[in-house]
Amino acid sequence: MTSGSTTGSPSPEDYRKREESITISSEPVGETHELLTLNIGPHHPATHGVLRLITTLEGEIVRDVQPIIGYVHTGIEKTAEDKAYWKVIPVVERMDYLGYYFNSMAFCGAVETLLALEVPPRAQYLRVIHLELNRIMSHLVWLGTSALDLGAISMFWYCFREREKILDLFEMSSGQRMHTRYFQVGGVMEDIPRGFEPKLRAFIKDMPTRADQYADLLEKNEIVLQRLRGTCPLDQETLLKLSVTGPLLRAAGHPWDLRKAAPYSSYDHFSFRIPVGTVGDNYDRYRVRHAEIYESVKIIEQALDGLPEGPHITDDRKVALPPRHELATSMEALIHHFKLVTEGFRVPPGEVYYPIEGPRGELGCFVRSDGSAKPARVHMRDPSFVNLQAAAPMVKDSYIADLIATLAMMDPVLGGIDR
Amino acid sequence: MEVTREPLPGAGDFRARQLLSRDMLRGDLEGEALDRYVEERVMTTTLDKAVAWARGNSFYPMTFGLACCAIEMMSIVGARMDIARFGFEAFRASPRQADLLILSGRVSIKMAPVIRRIYDQMLEPKWAISMGACCSSMGVFNNYALVPSDKFMPVDVHVPGCPPRPEALAHGILRLREKVLGTEKQGWRERYDAVGTEEVLTSGDTDGVQINVFQPGDTAGA
Repeated sequence: MTSGSTTGSPSPEDYRKREESITISSEPVGETHELLTLNIGPHHPATHGVLRLITTLEGEIVRDVQPIIGYVHTGIEKTAEDKAYWKVIPVVERMDYLGYYFNSMAFCGAVETLLALEVPPRAQYLRVIHLELNRIMSHLVWLGTSALDLGAISMFWYCFREREKILDLFEMSSGQRMHTRYFQVGGVMEDIPRGFEPKLRAFIKDMPTRADQYADLLEKNEIVLQRLRGTCPLDQETLLKLSVTGPLLRAAGHPWDLRKAAPYSSYDHFSFRIPVGTVGDNYDRYRVRHAEIYESVKIIEQALDGLPEGPHITDDRKVALPPRHELATSMEALIHHFKLVTEGFRVPPGEVYYPIEGPRGELGCFVRSDGSAKPARVHMRDPSFVNLQAAAPMVKDSYIADLIATLAMMDPVLGGIDR
Repeated sequence: MEVTREPLPGAGDFRARQLLSRDMLRGDLEGEALDRYVEERVMTTTLDKAVAWARGNSFYPMTFGLACCAIEMMSIVGARMDIARFGFEAFRASPRQADLLILSGRVSIKMAPVIRRIYDQMLEPKWAISMGACCSSMGVFNNYALVPSDKFMPVDVHVPGCPPRPEALAHGILRLREKVLGTEKQGWRERYDAVGTEEVLTSGDTDGVQINVFQPGDTAGA
């Protein structure tokens, strides 16, 4: 095991060799120091999943970090090729398991683009409401677990308390807490039930106050400030070269957000701001995500106020299931239902890349269709995977304690990285 | 409101009961009096049962998350479910300190040897819960990448769901508690008729390629 440099990509043989090594090795540097190779993971409470890091340390200073991934590889992209389009949705949802609405949105959006399908405005607004709720939920889990890594255990309970409220709303609209399969190709599965709106209004009234409380707990805490302020900054040029997107890029001062840059699902109807940082250190990363919670609440409020009337799913019977009551009276509806359930719908040949702004950055879905009822290729551009590249340049020449803090502030989701 | 204080029924003969205890300890009680004394006041148990009672009510689960289910596993510690009510909230990061492994998520073929190693590093008695459809039966995926946990380690309780609600996991842990309270076989090899399958490094065998077999002085897995 030698200490490689971060420049240049390793060959597959190098990667295999590195992967097999778990022994602790050391090599001398000068007369008094030595480089120590330390293995962190794949089971480690601070790696947010089954990430494995091979770190090269000189004393307490991190000289190099090499992430080893693949420990939750699930073969989701390959499985998707074997399923009809509408059956792919639950499979891709389980990819990035903190942003399940985003996964299904990217896939449904890609298929809708291939089909040239118009999504009714009410469905678009309902999607926005659920996407933003999901963004808050993802940030809450991130905040709770990251604060736990920094030693602030009470944050975990507060964040998970609010998370349960969001999951209650998901359960009301779709019946499931996680992996709801609420988004369909052409709209959403069902209209929101009675009682959803007052509950959501109570939540968005409550949430900013809660976020204020989190800020009070963390931003007046000397330990948190010491751990986050000025640690592991990275400038936006390096981040852009590494294709890093999302809160990590915005923390460095670059206001890139696909909701503004390339609006989808009527995001251009809402007024909201994009929080950006200044220096791009861990504190900015925390502040940007924290500020995004308020902006998401604003979007939900506007979407709820302006929720248009109309159908919640397209009336194109070739794509969406007919309503239940039509099955008893209409032969045509019965045939459509049978065709959809047995074979699924066919998609014209072509390929499309559909990017959306996930909680961690640009989440894109590439779908290639060969004209059959199953996709020929589904590929996801997962933000966690791309952002993980920035780990080594961020933590180089900083303390190993800052490596843990930086990893927490990067918020990688291993299910999305490995897929 | 007027408070009236009354002696508890039977409390008047407190002195008499004290004397009775003294007589019993001295060995002065005999025959019917001794029988009645034992029936009224002594609860018999075995050491095994007493230990199982203590174990079953204080699992130390391991901080070990794999995928989606890990988030629901975290929320059983949260304010709503609050597994601390039952005494199972002390999550331990080291396998040496834990006695319950909750497999929360999908197990890939690459991860399976790691999990097996972690399980082997836990001290007996130890238990495992397979949480969610993926690590019980590969769930919705059922493809080349995954392996069900029963294939490579003993699992005591399977919790169905994708992912299971926190309530379901709490129910699974309580079922495991019943199991622990009801059995005297605390080691997994006794529970699953696997005595004699231990991998022991014979002297002279130095290749040590088998998983889970440590070379003398090898601290890599500690």
